[in-house]
Amino acid sequence: MARISGVDLPRDKRVEVALTYIFGIGDATAREIVSKAGFKDDLRVKDLTGDDIAKIRTIIADYKVEGALRTEVQMNIKRLMDVGCYRGLRHRRGLPVRGQRTHTNARTRKGRRRSAVKNK
Amino acid sequence: MPRSVKKGPFIDVRLADRIEQLNKTNQKKVIKTWARRSTITPDFVGHTLAIHNGNKFIPVFISENMVGHKLGEFAPTRTYRGHINKSEKSARIRR
Repeated sequence: MARISGVDLPRDKRVEVALTYIFGIGDATAREIVSKAGFKDDLRVKDLTGDDIAKIRTIIADYKVEGALRTEVQMNIKRLMDVGCYRGLRHRRGLPVRGQRTHTNARTRKGRRRSAVKNK
Repeated sequence: MPRSVKKGPFIDVRLADRIEQLNKTNQKKVIKTWARRSTITPDFVGHTLAIHNGNKFIPVFISENMVGHKLGEFAPTRTYRGHINKSEKSARIRR
């Protein structure tokens, strides 16, 4: 029942790991939060008291997570596209932005292969 | 690897001088430039630069959002209009 910034934390995991389920909190930030809150390393989410959760909430308020972070990322991409620079063009076309090859690979950006229809 | 902060941003000196001149005399003129590697400084904002793409000069109006980017980012050097669709191609050959 530990709901923090709109995400349900998995009950059986250690707090440090569970926190990484929140968008914007990775291993390092999670470790930071746990040490700031002064939890034991092996404390599980199900053992958190209401106070503990409130504590985590106040600490997390200082970080940009979930919706706010997502919109920031989107705004950054939108800026690149509006300004008409090379990186923006790559975003518009859905191609890799950081100079990777596109002769082969780049499937993550390009999506599933669109096979050229072979009926002659 | 990004450029060392110690050196500061690279700005083409001649281009910066010309823009400063225009700013002093409050003129707006299109400046042709090959200095694609030059960083855009806040002084550039509001000017139109014709940036060489290796073939032509691409006119680019510098807006506030562009500060910090390089000029070359705004004048693409490659033309790619997509591949011909396979089915269209075969249809064209048959005709």
